[in-house]
Amino acid sequence: MYILENIQSEVKKETLITPELKQQFISIVGEKWYLDSPNELYAYSYDATPIFQSMPDAVIIPQTTQEVAEILKLANEHLIPIVPRGSGTNLAASTIPVHGGIVLNMNRFNQIYEIDQQNLTATIGPGVVTADLHGAVEAVGLFYPPDPGSMRISTVGGNMAQCAGGMRGLKYGVTKDYIMGLEYVLPTGEIMRCGGKNVKDVAGYDMTRLLVGSEGTLAVVTEITLKLVPLPETKRTLVAYYANLVDAAKTVEKIIANKIVPATMEFLDQGTMKVVDDFAKLNLPLDMKSMLLIEQDGPEDVVVRDIEKIAEIAKQEGAVEVKVADTLEEGAKLLAARRAALSALSRLRPTTILEDATVPRSRLAEIVQEVERIAEKYQVDICTFGHAGDGNLHPTCMTDERNQEEIHRVEQAFAEIFEAALRLGGTITGEHGVGAAKMNYLHLKVGEGGIELMKRIKEAFDPNNIMNPGKMFPSSTRRRLVVKK
Amino acid sequence: MSAEMKLEDFKPACESNATKNGLLSKFNMDEILNCMHCGFCLPACPTYRQTGLESYSPRGRIALMKGVAKEQLPIDAEFEKNMFACLGCRACETACPAGVPYGSLIETAREVVVENEKQTNPKHVFVKNLVFKQLFPHPKRMKLLGTALWAAQASGLQSLAAKTGLMRILPREMAEMQQAVDQIASPRERKSRQTRMNPEGNKAYTVGMFTGCIMDVMFYETNQATAKLLSKAGCEIYFVEEQACCGALHAHSGEMPGAVELAKRNIEAFEKANVDYIVNNAGGCGAALKEYHHWFHDDPEWMERALRFVSKVRDANELLAELPPLTFNKPLNARITYQDSCHLAHGQGVRNQPRSLLRSIPGVEFVELKNADSCCGSAGIYNLTNFDMSMDILDDKMEHVKNTKAHYIVTSNPGCLLQMKQGIHRAGLDGQMEAVHIMDLLSRAL
Ligand SMILES: Cc1cc2nc3c(=O)[nH]c(=O)nc-3n(C[C@H](O)[C@H](O)[C@H](O)COP(=O)(O)OP(=O)(O)OC[C@H]3O[C@@H](n4cnc5c(N)ncnc54)[C@H](O)[C@@H]3O)c2cc1C
Ligand code: SF4
Ligand code: SF4
Repeated sequence: MYILENIQSEVKKETLITPELKQQFISIVGEKWYLDSPNELYAYSYDATPIFQSMPDAVIIPQTTQEVAEILKLANEHLIPIVPRGSGTNLAASTIPVHGGIVLNMNRFNQIYEIDQQNLTATIGPGVVTADLHGAVEAVGLFYPPDPGSMRISTVGGNMAQCAGGMRGLKYGVTKDYIMGLEYVLPTGEIMRCGGKNVKDVAGYDMTRLLVGSEGTLAVVTEITLKLVPLPETKRTLVAYYANLVDAAKTVEKIIANKIVPATMEFLDQGTMKVVDDFAKLNLPLDMKSMLLIEQDGPEDVVVRDIEKIAEIAKQEGAVEVKVADTLEEGAKLLAARRAALSALSRLRPTTILEDATVPRSRLAEIVQEVERIAEKYQVDICTFGHAGDGNLHPTCMTDERNQEEIHRVEQAFAEIFEAALRLGGTITGEHGVGAAKMNYLHLKVGEGGIELMKRIKEAFDPNNIMNPGKMFPSSTRRRLVVKK
Repeated sequence: MSAEMKLEDFKPACESNATKNGLLSKFNMDEILNCMHCGFCLPACPTYRQTGLESYSPRGRIALMKGVAKEQLPIDAEFEKNMFACLGCRACETACPAGVPYGSLIETAREVVVENEKQTNPKHVFVKNLVFKQLFPHPKRMKLLGTALWAAQASGLQSLAAKTGLMRILPREMAEMQQAVDQIASPRERKSRQTRMNPEGNKAYTVGMFTGCIMDVMFYETNQATAKLLSKAGCEIYFVEEQACCGALHAHSGEMPGAVELAKRNIEAFEKANVDYIVNNAGGCGAALKEYHHWFHDDPEWMERALRFVSKVRDANELLAELPPLTFNKPLNARITYQDSCHLAHGQGVRNQPRSLLRSIPGVEFVELKNADSCCGSAGIYNLTNFDMSMDILDDKMEHVKNTKAHYIVTSNPGCLLQMKQGIHRAGLDGQMEAVHIMDLLSRAL
C-alpha cells in the first residue's frame, strides 16, 4: 500500500550511467532508442498506479533478443537496475523505477511470428498488444481468452509478467493457463528457453510457471509461445439489475452452484454504473443499486439454454430486471463499457486508488458487505466493481492525493479490507500483482518463510539484484519507495 | 533514495520566473490529476502509434504538463517540442473514460510555452507569429493572400509566389501543398458575392454563414455550395460582414490573446446580424466557435455573450440533417467513403449526420473507412510545423483509403481536404480517386 510517512532517503544526485556507459548502450541499440532527456525520463517515471513516481536514469528500447542480452550483461556488470516495461498499465507500481536505472521498454517486440493451426499455438514477441493478438487469432477461427480490461493497451509480455486475469477468467482461466513456452534473458546475458509447444512436458522444474507472474524481477522475456483454443461458435450477453448488493452476489454463487460456468460474470455497484453510463451512454437504470453483466459463449443451443437458466436464477434471487442483449454488438458495447469502469471512476475525484481483494466465490456476498461496512466506518468514498465470478472484486476509492488526512483513512480502510479478504480465505491481490504497491502486505499471504524462499529463488536468477529491484518484497537494505506529496 | 528528491534535480533554474508571473497557475491541476494514467487513450493517438514513445502519447503529454505545473520540469525547448508535436486531434478525448478535457489542457500548455517565450525572450519572433498577427486577423490581408495565390495559379508561374514574398511567410511545406489546391476563385468572383440568399419554399430559419478565413479564400466555392444547399432546405442565408478568423489556429498555437480578440469580433458581428443559427462547414472552425465560452473564464459579461453565440453555432451537416431531406436530381453513380474531421467527430460529436447525408444521394455506394475518425495528419498547421510526422500519418491513412476502392474520399474540413488531396497524390491514386468536401459533393447531386 501507500507509504506516506517521510522516509530518510539516501539521495543519489549523479546518474548511475557514466558517459562512457551511455556510449556503450548506444552502440548496442543506436542513438534513436536510447532516451535520457528530462522530458523522456519523466514520461517513464509512472505507470497506471496512482501516486507512485520515480525517475529512471535512461530508457532503452531494444528490438532483438541479442540487444537485450548485451544490455543486461552491461547493466549487470555495472549494477544498474533494469525495469522491464510493456505499456505501463499495471496497477501495482511494478514498472516504477524506484531505484532509478534503466527502463527497458519492450514494445518494439511487437511481431506475431507464427499462428500454428495444427498445434493450436501462437508464438509472438512480448510487445504485441493483447487485443491485436485477439484480432489475429480470431481471424483464423482461434481464440486467446485472457482479456484484461486494459487489453487494447497492455502487452502480452506485461500480461505474462503480471499474470493478468480478465473478464473471461471464470470459464477460461487467466494468463498463466495459456503460456506454454518462453525465451528469456538472464542478467548475465545468457539466452534461455523453457517450455514450448508440447502439451505435456515434465522435464525439470516448471520454469515457465515460475516466470509467469514474476513481475520482471527474474529475467527479461523476449518471446512467448501461447496456447490457443477454438473460437466459440457464438455468445450472448445478459444484464440483471438489483435493488441491493447482496442479491447480486448471491446470484453469482447460485449460478455456479447450479453447475453453470458462464464465460463472464461482472459486478458493478451503483456508483460505478453511474460513471460508466456517463462515459458510454448506455441508459442504465441508475436508481438500481447494482448490476451483473453475464456472458456465455459456446454452441448456440448451449448458450441459449444457459442464458435462460441464468435469467431464471437471477429473478429468483431478487433481480428487479433481467435483460438479454439483442445483438452481439450490444453485448460487446456493454463489455467495453465495463472495461472502462476503473478509468471512468476517476472522473469523480482527482485520485483513484483501486484494490484487488479476492475471495473464494462462495464468500462473495460476505466480502461485498464487508467493503460496504468498512467504507462507512472510515468515511471514505468506495465504489466496487469486478470479476464477481472469480470472487475478484475491485473496491475503488475516490480520493485526493493532496489531502494527507483523507489518504490516511483510505489506507486504514484498505488494510481492513485486506484483513477481511484473508479472513474469508482470500488473497491480497487476485490479478494486479504485488509490485511496489503491495510488497509490505505479501507476508500476510505467504508468510515470512515464503518470502525468504522467494528471495532465494530471485538470488539464483539475479544475484546482483538488478532485475526490477524494490518490487515484490522490500529489498534487504530496507530502502522503500517514497511517495511524498 | 527518494523519488521526490530525484525529481527535484530537474528543477529548472528559471522556475521562479514562471511562478512569479503566474504562468503556472494557468494549468488546471484538478483536470490534470483526473488523468489516472490508465493509457486508454494510447491506441487512439496517431503520434503514439507512429512512434511508440510515451512522450508522444496523450498520457505522456499530460504527465509532462503535470511535471511543469509542479515545477519538476522546466518550460524549455523540449517541452515546447513535445506540446507542439501533438496534432490536437482530440481522439484521446473521445477515448478517455475519465473525461479528461485534453483539448483545453493542450491549449493551456501551449499558451504557457508561448507566454514564457514572450517573457524570457521578447525579441524572438516566430515565423508563425507573423502569420498569426499579420494575416489571419485581417480578412483583407487574407483576401490579398488569396489574390496572390490565385495570380500564381492563373499565371502558372510558381516563381511569382516566391516573388510576392509569400514564401517568406509560408514555409516550404505550404508551397508544396499548393499543388493540392484547386483553382481558387478569382478576386472578382469573390468580390461579387451577394450578401444574402433567399430560401426556397417556406423559410425555416435565418442562417448566418461563418465563412472562415482560409475556407473563404481557398474554398470559396464550397461556401457557395453550402449556402445553396441550406437555401434549398429552406434557410435564408446571410454572409455576415465584419466576421473574422475563428481563432482556432491561434488557440491551438498558444496565442490566446489573439484568439480572444477574434472571438470578440465574431460575437459582435453575429449579434448584429441577429440570426437563428451560425453555420460553418469547417470542422476545425466549428469546434472553436462552439468553445468560445471557455475562452472567457474571467470575464462574466463576455462569457454570457459567448454562451449565446455558442448556442447558435451549428455545423452545416448538423443543420442539414435536421431540416427536411434534400431532393437530389443527379444520381452519383459512385463508391464513396468518408474521413471524419477530428474536430467535427471528436470535438463536436458529429459523426452520423455526414454519413446519412452521403447515403441519401441516389446511386451512392457508401463504404466505411477503417479508422475513419483517426486524424489524417493535417491538423490545422501541423502539416506545416511537423511535416515528416504528418506525412507518415497520412501515408498510413492512405493505405486504408486505398482499400476502400472508393471514387470519392469525402471530408468536412478544409485542412483535411487539402491533406487528402495530397494523400491521393502520394498514394499514386491521381485520376482514380477525388478528394471532395461534403458540401461540394452534395451540391453536385442537386
Ligand atoms: C483500466 C485498466 C484495467 C485493467 N484491467 C485489468 C484486468 O482486468 N485484469 C488484470 O489482471 N489486470 C488489469 N489491469 C492491469 C494491467 O493492465 C495488467 O497488469 C497488464 O498485464 C499490464 O500490461 P503492460 O503491458 O501494461 O505491462 P507493464 O505495466 O508495462 O508491466 C507489467 C509488469 O511486467 C513486466 N514486464 C513487462 N514486459 C516484460 C518482459 N518482456 N519481460 C519481463 N517482464 C516484463 C514489468 O517489469 C512489470 O513488472 C488493468 C489496468 C488498467 C489501467
Ligand atoms: S485515457 Fe484519460 S485518464 Fe487514461 S491516460 Fe488517457 S487521458 Fe489519462
Ligand atoms: S490530440 Fe491527437 S495527437 Fe494529441 S495527444 Fe490526443 S490523440 Fe494524440
